[in-house]
Amino acid sequence: MVSLLDIIGPVMVGPSSSHTAGACRLGLIAHDLVAGTPERALIELHGSFARTGEGHGTDKAIVGGLLGFRPDDERLREALQIMEKEGLDYRFEKTTLGEEPEVHPNTVRITVHRAHRHHVMLGASLGAGRIRVSEIDGYPVEVDGSHHTIVMVAEDVKGSIARIAGILSEADVNIATLRLSRKHRGGDAFMVIEVDDRPTDEVGAALKALPWVRWTHRIEKVGG
Amino acid sequence: MYHSLHDAIADAEARGVSLATAALDIEARDQGRPVAEIREALLRALHVMRGAVEQGLTGDLRSNSGLVGGDAAKLRTGPEGPLAGTVFREVLMRAIAVQEVNAAMGIIVAAPTAGGAGVLPGVLLGLASKQQFSDHAMVDALATAGLIGAVVAQRASLSGAEGGCQAETGAAAGMAAGAATQLLGGTPAQVGHAVALAQQGTLGLVCDPLGGLVELPCVFRNATGAAIALAAVEMAIAGITFAIPADEVIDTMGEIGREMDVRYRETAGGGLAATPTGRRLAKERLTQIKRA
Repeated sequence: MVSLLDIIGPVMVGPSSSHTAGACRLGLIAHDLVAGTPERALIELHGSFARTGEGHGTDKAIVGGLLGFRPDDERLREALQIMEKEGLDYRFEKTTLGEEPEVHPNTVRITVHRAHRHHVMLGASLGAGRIRVSEIDGYPVEVDGSHHTIVMVAEDVKGSIARIAGILSEADVNIATLRLSRKHRGGDAFMVIEVDDRPTDEVGAALKALPWVRWTHRIEKVGG
Repeated sequence: MYHSLHDAIADAEARGVSLATAALDIEARDQGRPVAEIREALLRALHVMRGAVEQGLTGDLRSNSGLVGGDAAKLRTGPEGPLAGTVFREVLMRAIAVQEVNAAMGIIVAAPTAGGAGVLPGVLLGLASKQQFSDHAMVDALATAGLIGAVVAQRASLSGAEGGCQAETGAAAGMAAGAATQLLGGTPAQVGHAVALAQQGTLGLVCDPLGGLVELPCVFRNATGAAIALAAVEMAIAGITFAIPADEVIDTMGEIGREMDVRYRETAGGGLAATPTGRRLAKERLTQIKRA
């Protein structure tokens, strides 16, 4: 859903809504996937991100996002220096992830490591700062960062959605959308739950405590 | 949000309200937020726009590459041309000012994008330099601009990488033209004509930034985009109508964007970016950025 505030906004550090603000938001989502600043990251840039990224500060913006900076944070300008000072091991590569229109010209694959956590996401910057994450750890998803989002991988057991919905409703967290995908029948299910209210640490812990949940993370709303 | 300006205009006319009110009501419903809260966010955007104009007009900004900067100040204090003393010159200098701040990695409002961020504040704040408008009226103008941009986003594109510059400064010109027409007392139907008149003038506009940097020609394309918007406002207020409805002009923009060769979609592979001088400057400046 397009919002007026997506169009008159974001308030951001220049110079490009797609290559700077959108790139920063994609970095932020990767940051949240490992619940903090990753120690190691591989950032694979595709298409226009690869061709014109440096001049737009795409590298600074993605690194800024990984550091937890938001698109209007003036520290984005110094993100690469901050990364070096913190001794973080982030590497950039230029690559081709597929053909248009299947793969958006501003696409990036980000692999992040933090402590024992490790995730891979594929995301695109759609213009005007809007983004779409289309794949997490090989599962097809659709995350646009306009809501607080819970992502989780769970065993494919009956009644799991009802339990999750119960935990959220007890915590007074309203579900906006819920999408479920799996690689094959009986395989693990990947859930993306967009919610209207920011889920608390208690909600996160309650979901994590479910015996059939392999892992779950909360992704902060990054726009909209 | 509305998918067509036709529906938005019909709604506004049936209810006897402005397009801003119609858009804010739909936004409040879509987002489950009170109108006051949305107005508050738009007012914050207005403050950021004013700040960027002020910063850009001082003239001591340089982009990372050094390709652009200091030109808004030339319009403020430099020799006078045929537009001296007019609102036109005020609009041009503000459009450039915001874009210079953007190129220097300063804080701006992407409206609709950062690459086209100078047009809307250029036109609205340029008008406001000659005539007093309340913050309420300015926020209404931003809401209408947002509505127009949202329609473009849904029917075509707001990304230079997808649709060329017609989707960035072109869309911004449509947004600014519609918003300013409303600000000056135009009816919803006149707003629609202003959008069509502005966007017909930017159809086919390619995105060809030197070295892929949002600098050259972007800074000046915001100025010319604002000029086209201002011309559309003048025509629409005078009662000129454009026979092709704005929605169809927007659809055409989307279609041209899809047909546009990838060289003309922000890749720096064609247009001004691929000229001998464009290539040479880009090479020099990118080396400089890497060294910095």
